[in-house]
Amino acid sequence: MKATHNASAGIWRKSLGTAGIYAALGAISLVMMVPFIWMISTSFKEPNEVFKYPPQLIPSTFRFENYADVFKLIPFEWFYFNSVYIAALVVGGTVLFASLAGYAFARIPFTGRNAVFLVLLSAMMIPHEVTAIPMFLFMREIGWIDTHLPLILLPIFGAGGVFGIFVMRQFFITVPKELEEAAMIDGCSRLRIYARIMLPIAKPGLATLTIFTFVTNWNEFFDPLIFINTRSLMTLPLGLSLFTDEVGTAWHHLMSATVMATVPLLIIFFLAQRQFIEGVAMTGLKE
Amino acid sequence: MSGKKTKKIKGPLAREAQITGWLFISPMVIGFTLLLLFPMGLALYMSFTDWPLLGSHNYIGIDNYRHIMNDALFWQVLGNTVYFTVGLVPLNIVLALLLALLLARSMRGIGLFRTAIFVPVMTSLIVWSIVWKYMFATDSGLINQLLTALHIQGPAWLYDTKLAMPAVIVTSVLKNVGLNMVLFIAALQQVPASLYEAAKLDGASRTRSFFNVTLPMITPTIFLTVVMTVIGSLKVFGQIFVMTQGGPSNSTKVLVYYIWEKAFKLFQLGYASALAFVLFFVVLVLTLVQWQLRKRWVFNESDA
Repeated sequence: MKATHNASAGIWRKSLGTAGIYAALGAISLVMMVPFIWMISTSFKEPNEVFKYPPQLIPSTFRFENYADVFKLIPFEWFYFNSVYIAALVVGGTVLFASLAGYAFARIPFTGRNAVFLVLLSAMMIPHEVTAIPMFLFMREIGWIDTHLPLILLPIFGAGGVFGIFVMRQFFITVPKELEEAAMIDGCSRLRIYARIMLPIAKPGLATLTIFTFVTNWNEFFDPLIFINTRSLMTLPLGLSLFTDEVGTAWHHLMSATVMATVPLLIIFFLAQRQFIEGVAMTGLKE
Repeated sequence: MSGKKTKKIKGPLAREAQITGWLFISPMVIGFTLLLLFPMGLALYMSFTDWPLLGSHNYIGIDNYRHIMNDALFWQVLGNTVYFTVGLVPLNIVLALLLALLLARSMRGIGLFRTAIFVPVMTSLIVWSIVWKYMFATDSGLINQLLTALHIQGPAWLYDTKLAMPAVIVTSVLKNVGLNMVLFIAALQQVPASLYEAAKLDGASRTRSFFNVTLPMITPTIFLTVVMTVIGSLKVFGQIFVMTQGGPSNSTKVLVYYIWEKAFKLFQLGYASALAFVLFFVVLVLTLVQWQLRKRWVFNESDA
């Protein structure tokens, strides 16, 4: 009897604790979600309703023109296009060159391997802001200011690329050597081994690197700010930040723009969130 | 380790390895030399000159660095950067750890919470900052409207020298806490369950097993995330650019913002380079500390 009594008290205490945990998690999740909810709500509001008190969660009328207005005020479609295609090229370039180099550093014995790797690794701690100033002069010299070339090349061969080499090397090191040796006896070239054996095995590593590079590049702000002047060449973060300066308190327009900038990416994230979160955890721990 | 074995292989195979090895790394090494090493060297030289945007420059020795030491705004900017870092890091780490402890278990709907807290990490920093600029807006911002509902007159958050920085800190913590949380969850899940069982058998309470089992086991991750978060905080820029532009009256002007302003608004490229090297030096010291800690961590693990 006593035992069951204790057990039920335990269950009570446990479910109270669980309720507490849910409450705490619910509260913090709400704080995280409110900005998004508010962003969507405001994006449909009439300009005067934005300033109305008490605040309306659901707009009295849905003003879809806010969205159309954004395209009239700024070349939003170009911001989007530029961000997507630059990120795609950076991801492609990083994955290709970093995996090639990562494989060589992991598996091919050549003179100077460790020394070069060490130099690359130490360069990762150079803050981007240090090299940005001479890079600006260099790009001006060769006429690449106000083009997308620095935005594509700098991340591939800068700290992002070096980080990619590191991630891929760590991954290739764990692949059993026997696989390669068998292929080599069969007369496979290294390039074939890399392309046909190592890359397919490294898919999880490549996925991680892809996600990491994409997110970093999608958010990149400093480089576009210093290299791009023309409106239609701007990326989303740069275009939106300047738009913020211009429209002042036209929050309904700003929020329509941020909704359009955010929602597609969030949908992709929801569809593949497992890979995203695990990928980030993996690179974060290995860094 | 692999060196010993491969050194025995001589002849055509070894030569082939030399050539392919260098070929495979050549795109990265060439790009890296041109786009990172070379500008790094040039930046160092520039920091000893009075390099203007146009026209010729003069070598002026350590004048830039001497000037920095006497630059009152630099010290204010450095103080702001430290304020941001010291404000953000403990908040971020403690909150991330608490959330990880709550979320590193199997409970109904736990995935939903994890997602909610991780979503800001996936959101562009600029977008997040714009939305929070709106949240903190004096008249139409949700925060002040909620305060009005409580009959409190909301302050002009981003236009108050005392409140602007805390507002930016809160925005930044919420943006990135999910990242550290995920790292902590991964670390917590690697703690062997047998340790908890042993602690339980020894009659350890939950609190005790947290302090004597969990905390020591995840200390390496905590160190790493602290150092990474500190380095990230020292380079804060985007949220300042969007939310306050360094104002009001320089109260949120941080190091990278100052470098950007000196270089790309005032075009004092030499002086800005010297400032950038000050940042580099601080990051260098922190990274070396991190490497030492990582070494110790790896050693401990292989030891066990």
